[in-house]
Amino acid sequence: MIDTGSEPLLKLEGLHKAFGALKATDGVDLTVLPGEIHALIGPNGAGKSTLIAEIAGGLAPDAGRVALLGQDVTGWPVARRARLGLGRSFQVSSLAMEFSVLRNVMLAVQARETGARGFWSPVRRDERLRSEALGVLDRVRLVSRAGDPVSALSHGERRLLEVALALALRPRVLLLDEPMAGLGPEGTRELTAFLATLKREAGMLLVEHDMDAVFALADRISVLVYGRIIASGTAAEIRASAAVRDAYLGDRPC
Amino acid sequence: MGPNFSRESVVNAVLAVLLLAAPLTAAALDEPFYVALASRVAILALAGVGLNLALGTGGMVSFGHAAFFGLGGYVAGIAALHAFEGSAFLVWPVAIGGSESMPVVWLAALVASGVVALAIGAVSLRTSGVYFIMITLAFAQMIYYFAVSLPTYGGEDGLSIYLRSTLPLIDSGDPLSFFLVCYALLLLALFLTQRLVDSRFGAALQCARMNPERLATLGIAPYPVKLTAFTLSAMATGLAGALFAELNGFVSPAMLSWQRSGEIIVFVILGGVGRLFGPLAGAALFILLEAFVGGWTDRWQLVLGLVLLAVVLFARGGVIGLLAGKARHD
Repeated sequence: MIDTGSEPLLKLEGLHKAFGALKATDGVDLTVLPGEIHALIGPNGAGKSTLIAEIAGGLAPDAGRVALLGQDVTGWPVARRARLGLGRSFQVSSLAMEFSVLRNVMLAVQARETGARGFWSPVRRDERLRSEALGVLDRVRLVSRAGDPVSALSHGERRLLEVALALALRPRVLLLDEPMAGLGPEGTRELTAFLATLKREAGMLLVEHDMDAVFALADRISVLVYGRIIASGTAAEIRASAAVRDAYLGDRPC
Repeated sequence: MGPNFSRESVVNAVLAVLLLAAPLTAAALDEPFYVALASRVAILALAGVGLNLALGTGGMVSFGHAAFFGLGGYVAGIAALHAFEGSAFLVWPVAIGGSESMPVVWLAALVASGVVALAIGAVSLRTSGVYFIMITLAFAQMIYYFAVSLPTYGGEDGLSIYLRSTLPLIDSGDPLSFFLVCYALLLLALFLTQRLVDSRFGAALQCARMNPERLATLGIAPYPVKLTAFTLSAMATGLAGALFAELNGFVSPAMLSWQRSGEIIVFVILGGVGRLFGPLAGAALFILLEAFVGGWTDRWQLVLGLVLLAVVLFARGGVIGLLAGKARHD
């Protein structure tokens, strides 16, 4: 399934970012290949969120390069990277709270199609936009909540809406920041199965604490500790790695 | 949506009819004072409709909209002065004289406030929150002092408009006709605002208010969306300023003052932030308090303060929220 011969969808080269003396990103190289789920794991404070922000465009690295679909996007703002094909879900749900579930997704579809252009036609009566948005909601099984305001959704449902918004952009690369957090065992199983079917559409960088989900989904796993990738390999290699055990258990300095 | 009208649209229609009926009745009873009062309400409501787009829909709390209101006023005053004197406003690179044509004055007011808003917005929108409030205030104060130091156009004393500009077919000098013109422009602005808010652009603008980071993640940069809305907002307020100067036959730096910016914010808050007809309800309540409580005591603003306090504490949706219930979100 993974197309190792082709150009990576996402490529990080020598990424550095320091906050004062703290090296949050310390020379990270990483790729996401077409058809691949690349999981990024690491203890709290390892710099995962910083790395996500550097990829998404919210934070500029001090040095290094971010390439998306073969283009150098290091200096690009968030919106431009999204238009090129980067979808993202947030660790803490980030939604248009006063809009209904459906209007959130309609806005995402609209953003992909025409951006903010269109000053005259009422967007709510745009049947094509509405039906495509409903189709996306159907995929994450949120259609029954389409008319509800986001503020009425449960935590788990908000996580699913996050994924739906990213999907509505038809991204080539998905950046998923702890999508399973707070989902519960049933929800985690469902989302895991769903993400596995998504691989054909988009490569994924998956940041996740749920190790069952990571080992079930990931084609490759990279371990980030103190801003450095200390190990990278298949699930079996990572399980066997002494360095990873040390980093997580901390019984030996490395 | 559809044929069943919401409670809010009924309230809006009643407000629109009341604003039309009041001056018609007053004119029939030969009470020109109340006709002028209704014109004031329509014009200030238009200024509020402008601000409401930025503040209510876009979440940009501009404390400098008097800059655009006053700018529109000065456009009307300066056009009238040069038309009266037969002199030129600008000789080079293009010759610009005065004008007695109201549509020309409107166009000039729209262009002037739009261009200035584009510049002010381009700088101010790099900030947010309280800094945005302060920087818009600072720009408005700069324009205020610029007008004060402009002796050609009356400086601190302001500028009288001896002859109201004219419209084809309509006698703009007649109080009722002038009211009807202001009323028509107000309704047009409300209609255009409704279309804009419900459009794709409006959806993006509302998301920029609720969650700009989310908007950017969807691939729409919030900054140009907000700047466009800010500019359109200022243009409506600028047009209102031109009408206000024509109504009073006078423009002075007071139209540019920060108190005036505050008043326009008060219209929006009293009426209901982000509600289409909120500025009309707010401006009407403000003018009624000023006219009737003000006729009874000079300390009418004490009553205004209490009303504002009550709205902020107990009726966040303002007058519209009180009459029509919570805003619909879908």
